[in-house]
Amino acid sequence: MATESVVHTAMTLHDHLPVLQILVPFIAAPLTVFIGSRALAWPISFASSVVSLVIAWLLLMQVIDGDVISYHIGGWAPPLGIEYRVDAANAFVVFLVAAISVVVLPFAKVSVAYEVPLRDHALFYSAYLLCFSGLMGVAITGDAFNVFVFLEISSLSTYVLIAAGAGKDKRALTAAYDYLIMGTIGATFFVIGIGFLYMGTGTLNMADLAQRIAAQGGNRTIEAGFAFILVGIGLKLAFYPLHLWLPNAYTYAPSAVSAFLAATATKVAVYVLLRFCFTVFGPAFGFEVLTLQYVVLPLAVVAMFASSFVAVFQSDFKRMLAYSSIAQIGYMLLGIAFLTETGVTAAIVHLFNHGITKAALFMAVGAYVLRAGDTFYNDIAGLGRKMPWTSAAVVIGGLSLIGVPGTAGFISKWVLVQAAFEKGWWPVALLIVASSLLAVIYVWRVVEVLYLQPAREDSTATEAPLTMLVPIWVAALACIWFGIDTDTTLGAARTAAAGLLNLPGQ
Amino acid sequence: MIRHHLILRVITKMLIGPIMLFALYVQFHGDYSPGGGFQAGVIMAVAFIIYGVVFGLATVQQVFPPWLVHKLLALGVLIYAGTGVVSLFLGYGYLDYGAFTPDHPEHGQHWGILVVELGVGVTVTGVMVAIYYAFAARTPAISDEDW
Repeated sequence: MATESVVHTAMTLHDHLPVLQILVPFIAAPLTVFIGSRALAWPISFASSVVSLVIAWLLLMQVIDGDVISYHIGGWAPPLGIEYRVDAANAFVVFLVAAISVVVLPFAKVSVAYEVPLRDHALFYSAYLLCFSGLMGVAITGDAFNVFVFLEISSLSTYVLIAAGAGKDKRALTAAYDYLIMGTIGATFFVIGIGFLYMGTGTLNMADLAQRIAAQGGNRTIEAGFAFILVGIGLKLAFYPLHLWLPNAYTYAPSAVSAFLAATATKVAVYVLLRFCFTVFGPAFGFEVLTLQYVVLPLAVVAMFASSFVAVFQSDFKRMLAYSSIAQIGYMLLGIAFLTETGVTAAIVHLFNHGITKAALFMAVGAYVLRAGDTFYNDIAGLGRKMPWTSAAVVIGGLSLIGVPGTAGFISKWVLVQAAFEKGWWPVALLIVASSLLAVIYVWRVVEVLYLQPAREDSTATEAPLTMLVPIWVAALACIWFGIDTDTTLGAARTAAAGLLNLPGQ
Repeated sequence: MIRHHLILRVITKMLIGPIMLFALYVQFHGDYSPGGGFQAGVIMAVAFIIYGVVFGLATVQQVFPPWLVHKLLALGVLIYAGTGVVSLFLGYGYLDYGAFTPDHPEHGQHWGILVVELGVGVTVTGVMVAIYYAFAARTPAISDEDW
């Protein structure tokens, strides 16, 4: 058996795009530590983010018509081997994550230099790259256990990133520790759920899982698996009663980290929930339908009101945004709980629109922190005149958060209300509109503080530097752009929703 | 200077060599017997940790300085991921070790797993020693200004 010739057709770089998507930032992370240069850490991070964004765009263009790309790691075919499976839904999420990273990093250069001690910069950017590649990995993989591995990669680096805020405020350490405990419990629940599924079906590949669950129907093991996965992911995405880690984590993390995480981390978790609810289990799985309608739907509505209500009474802009994030996640869960194509479209499109909105707002927070020290309402009072560009972007982001026509936030809420009417659930539609009114109150408070109150006597704030303003305005203009030109986002979201809902039947 | 624990010090010096040899054995014999990069990395780290426990942190950090530990733990990941990149440039899938000997994929898989496990071993050694350094090199108690 010395030399048997094995036929092999060489793969091209184009075939490798799904793995390169993860690999480029993932290799850049240890490279940053290995080189150990503070000056090179940022350029390496930015370059790898740009490459990731290009790859994400190429992948999205390949799958936007409903195709599916399957990549086998190590040449082992699924269901045995790990499969990277790119379809419209996850290509869209990966594109969002990569785009946010490319927008946030230029902003991060100044913001991180101000908020994080210089000696930690190489390690900080390394953790950032790991988080970035982990989040994309969660989205791109088609293997249930691999989701857990990437979830851990992104979570562990997130704890470090949040703790990096300790240079400015020591409370970042307890916030990171809280999140560590909650996140680990969530990951444990998730992996227990995967264990149950493996016990019930004998496979870990998502497509294979879907087939076997559809074939054998629900039983106790699989129902328990679903429940564990729902709670585990619920902790990660700050699903209403499991959200307690989020306000502190977002408040005390460095501003660039808050902007990146708020726009991506919870969104990726929402995607995982979508993937499990629709690809793996499918609406035919009765237990899921009941859980979504009688547990997730009411809690999503409670989240929309309770968190918005808490947001109204905050005295810190950054903390207010954190609570508003929990409320916005409620809208996405509501879309999922409708279990219709329009509902899922609303969830996916809101995932994108809320991502860019929160990126713009949290970056503006970073600009205020740089110029005014922090973002308590009495410290940022009157800055509308001293920092006109930053504050104008806050107004645009705020309008998008409320859902005013002409902004991205309006589109997603419109589709969500449409989904509610399709089901004939008009009380839910009324609740969506009513909770938006709460958003009007908390956004107005910020606008009032910025524009109508006099600045503090000792305030020396001046307009933020251009490296911050440009990313803030890119995100703010994106809020308007995607509020007017809805073809790209809504089209991709529709394809994704159709793919998610039809997959078990194919 | 009075030097205590004579027996401990002598025995430690005698043990460190065999511990490292055993680590290398577990590392490179891992495909035929129980073991592999993770176990080997831990055993290798034990050699440094026991040296640090008996002779003090300053001494072990002269042998294995913290900056080197950080480089090594990144290097291991690079070795692992780099193996995959090489197979990718040879026209095969990521981490498809068959790429290394196209005529006989099983041989390639043997080579591939050996290199990848070496990467795991290097990283685990680095991480274990880094954790030991982090715990052993206690920072001074937090002063009032820090709160």
